[in-house]
Amino acid sequence: MFHTPFPKGSTMELKRPRVVAAAVAGLGLAFTLTGCGGAIKDANAANGDEKCGDLNVAINPWVGYEADAHVLGYIAKTRLGCTVNYKDLDEQVSWKGFGSGEVDVVMENWGHPELQKKYMVDQGGDGSAVDFGPTGNEGVIGWFVPPWMAEKYPDITDWKNLNKYASLFKTTESGDQGTLYDGDPGFVTNDEALVSNLKLNYKVVFAGSETALIEAFRDAEKNHTPMLGYFYEPQWFLSEVALVKVDLPKYTEGCDADPAKVACDYPVYNLDKIVAKEFAESNSPAVDLVKNFTWTNDDQNVVAKYIAEDQMDPEDAAKKWVDAHADEVNAWLNG
Amino acid sequence: MSTSILERPPARRALPEPRNTVGSSLVTMLRSNWRAASLLGVLAVWVLAWALFKDQHTLSIAGSARTPVFDWLGDRSDWVEKAASSGSNPLINFAGWVADIVDSVFGWLQSIFTVAKFPRPLPQVGWLGTTALAALVAYAAAGWRTLALVVPCFLAFGVLGYWDDSIDLLLVTFFAVVVSCVFGIAIGVVMARSRRFSAVITPVLDFMQTMPSYTYLLPFSILFGIGPAAAVMMTLVYAAPPVIRITAHGIRSVSGPVLEATDSLGQTSLQRLWNVELPMAKRTIIAGINQTMMAALSMATIAAAIDSPGLGQPVLDGLKRGQLGTSFVAGLAIVIMAVMLDRSMSAAGFRAELAARAGEKGGPFRKIGLGLAAVGTLVALYLSHSYVWANEFPLQPDLGTPLRNAVDSFGNWLRTDLSHLTDAIQRVATDYGLNPMQSLLADSPWFVTSAAILAIAAVVGGRKAAIATVLCLGGIVGLGLWNHAMETLTACLVATIAVVVLAVVLGVLMGRSRRVDVALRPILDAGQTLPPFVYLVPVLILFGPNRFTAMVAGVVYAAPVAIKLVADGVRAVSPNTIEAAEMAGSSTWQMITKVQLPMARSSVLLATNQGLLYVLSMVVIGGMVGAGALGYDVVTGFRQANAVGRGLAAGTTIVLIGIMLDRITTYGAQRASSPASRA
Repeated sequence: MFHTPFPKGSTMELKRPRVVAAAVAGLGLAFTLTGCGGAIKDANAANGDEKCGDLNVAINPWVGYEADAHVLGYIAKTRLGCTVNYKDLDEQVSWKGFGSGEVDVVMENWGHPELQKKYMVDQGGDGSAVDFGPTGNEGVIGWFVPPWMAEKYPDITDWKNLNKYASLFKTTESGDQGTLYDGDPGFVTNDEALVSNLKLNYKVVFAGSETALIEAFRDAEKNHTPMLGYFYEPQWFLSEVALVKVDLPKYTEGCDADPAKVACDYPVYNLDKIVAKEFAESNSPAVDLVKNFTWTNDDQNVVAKYIAEDQMDPEDAAKKWVDAHADEVNAWLNG
Repeated sequence: MSTSILERPPARRALPEPRNTVGSSLVTMLRSNWRAASLLGVLAVWVLAWALFKDQHTLSIAGSARTPVFDWLGDRSDWVEKAASSGSNPLINFAGWVADIVDSVFGWLQSIFTVAKFPRPLPQVGWLGTTALAALVAYAAAGWRTLALVVPCFLAFGVLGYWDDSIDLLLVTFFAVVVSCVFGIAIGVVMARSRRFSAVITPVLDFMQTMPSYTYLLPFSILFGIGPAAAVMMTLVYAAPPVIRITAHGIRSVSGPVLEATDSLGQTSLQRLWNVELPMAKRTIIAGINQTMMAALSMATIAAAIDSPGLGQPVLDGLKRGQLGTSFVAGLAIVIMAVMLDRSMSAAGFRAELAARAGEKGGPFRKIGLGLAAVGTLVALYLSHSYVWANEFPLQPDLGTPLRNAVDSFGNWLRTDLSHLTDAIQRVATDYGLNPMQSLLADSPWFVTSAAILAIAAVVGGRKAAIATVLCLGGIVGLGLWNHAMETLTACLVATIAVVVLAVVLGVLMGRSRRVDVALRPILDAGQTLPPFVYLVPVLILFGPNRFTAMVAGVVYAAPVAIKLVADGVRAVSPNTIEAAEMAGSSTWQMITKVQLPMARSSVLLATNQGLLYVLSMVVIGGMVGAGALGYDVVTGFRQANAVGRGLAAGTTIVLIGIMLDRITTYGAQRASSPASRA
């Protein structure tokens, strides 16, 4: 019998044995549960065989970049045993991270002369950043219209006719002028200078983000409303809506040297990889992989589509591409 | 948000005084109308000047222009960067040292709960242990009802597919809140004690709450490196002011007679603080901690821009990839977390108050319950440490994917042809609402607009408001972004008008009917805690990238607070007054317009003030959906090295606008509710 220190007749007299029974049952259940399922064992040390260590890959905020970065990271992790750390940072912050060792690799750089001047030794910078060669992707920035407009007004692809159609592009944001939509504030743009120097009757309206631009183009094509906007290749959206480029005066060397006087189209950007000097001089096996990484716009668009439209996890998207292109991957690793 | 008005609880309304003589009623009528008359006069002169001098001296500059002020600010930022990398400045080194400590502590916390440290393939404690621990804490601090809320919420995080990110966010939030409280409560106590200190600190707190976070994203990532430290510091800046202000308010409101009684027993200042003031103010202080927690949580998405761990990243990822569903599900997890933390803290506060006043309650049931819970938690922790099924959240049931798909389908449906209706709405609102006002503010010569704003400030708020306005306007002109500032100001004012209209309409409905209140309140709570990035995309789909879209986003964000304030004010109108009015034979309309609204006037004014500040805080996000102006400038400063100075200038301009509007509305409200001005 249980000793009851409680007043006779109180409810505790009856409750206490029940409480203890419940506790015992609970513990019993718990110990039974330890029988189910696998125990956590320390990971096989073979994972970290190659002297790779940490690989810090910056992820700049556009899907095409994610495609590059995750393909590289997936190969580094599975074939070289690196611990890949992805850091979601924009361009400016990534380059700052080179000096402090927080960022090793920027996979896709669109020009950025002002950052080169700050961090590359041959441009007068502090030398914390090193160019590791082209990614193989060619970046084309320009002014685009939805395909229905190119069909209906075939001459709209010549910039000289833009003033003729300016009234078509009028919106509430541009008063009597036509609207030219710009996108994300991080993207390189000369549009205000272009509009003024080419004497176009347009006003630049900052849509503010890539998402806003894409939604607007999608809506323009669907509802056949006129739209003229900044866009670029490679970009996964172009496989959904094949925007048509408007030709501005051809780019010539040096025509964009003075940002205020720009009156020519954007140059073709040979997108390149920038790495931290520390990383470049280390003997990590990932160094050669990064150096050898090159692929085409189509490759990137495919993986980007997996991520954005098919909603695949970036690692899964990378795996899918890598599994389908084993030869290329081997060439990067061995060549 | 500036909570300066929070420090003065709205005065309770007394019954209106009867009018004495014809003469006095005439005088009071003139006095109450002169303000309206002068405002109309100012407006008339302004429109005239606009008509005559439109588009001259508007101080507008190109989007990519650089001025000496911008360059100077940009050079300051470069200097900080050089000092950080060279280690030459002791203050900056100190910041780096603090960052290292925060990073290490946070890394350790993460290795326990969310991150696998090689060679262990999973964190030390997984979902079962964490949930049990949270349940224990909830039960011990706030009772079994809170426990019944906390456990399903934690399970929801996992079921939605975001277990790791949710716990990371909780860690960041707790870290920031703990640090905020340790320093904040101390500062709040000093504020309560010393008028002078209070006067010095209050503008600093205003700054901390109104400065757009994007402005100091870059400097913080330079000072504190890339990682959780910078995110925690950023969260601190925004989240610390509420606990400081509310602690000061709580300590100041400890009842005089109680202090006298304990003083008469003989005690030092420190004893008084520890034994009397802090315990008596406990419930208020816990309300302050609650506010701080909500503020910290709301920084989740912005901190993700510098790679902060937490739920902010999936929200941004969804935005980046154009996946509405992903943003929504992650946003939903944030809302669940906010509701859970809010209710738990409130319950804990209630319990603490009871304990302070009447001694710890409980009895043997509670002690046994606690004991059992502790044992259960230990068992759960052990299981979670050792077995995969108790560590990694199971993949089934999965509510996240079906929810994601449902929301994506909704997004697709939105894209179907509503465009005629939405285009019409957007066009009318812009052409007849935004554009005329923007033209008046931005296209008039800058000195005309400044004079007009100053005159309005003087009429509405008196001398103190006028002084604040002069200083702020001077600053705005000096920083060089006048034209953009006027564009932003226009958008804010129009959005605030919309918010106030919504607040009055819905607030009255809610205040008058319990049923409407119960139905609407959860929607309002969700609207306040759902990250704005989540509803940006639907609004974009509907209305396209333009100022109207930015305004809609601002209204959605600011309306819940304003509606709740008015509803509370209307409900607080004394039932005796209502009964008296009913007996005098008022119709419903008369009741609302002549009794309830006037009696709730201070709540309406508070709602206007808070609505204004919440709208202002959406300026930067507005810049990402087509509003341009200052919001876009701030983000450009963060993203482009050549524009850093411009971004800093734009951020400071937003703060100045906020301070100016806050002072005008606060002093205006004070004057409006002072007895001398009542009819």
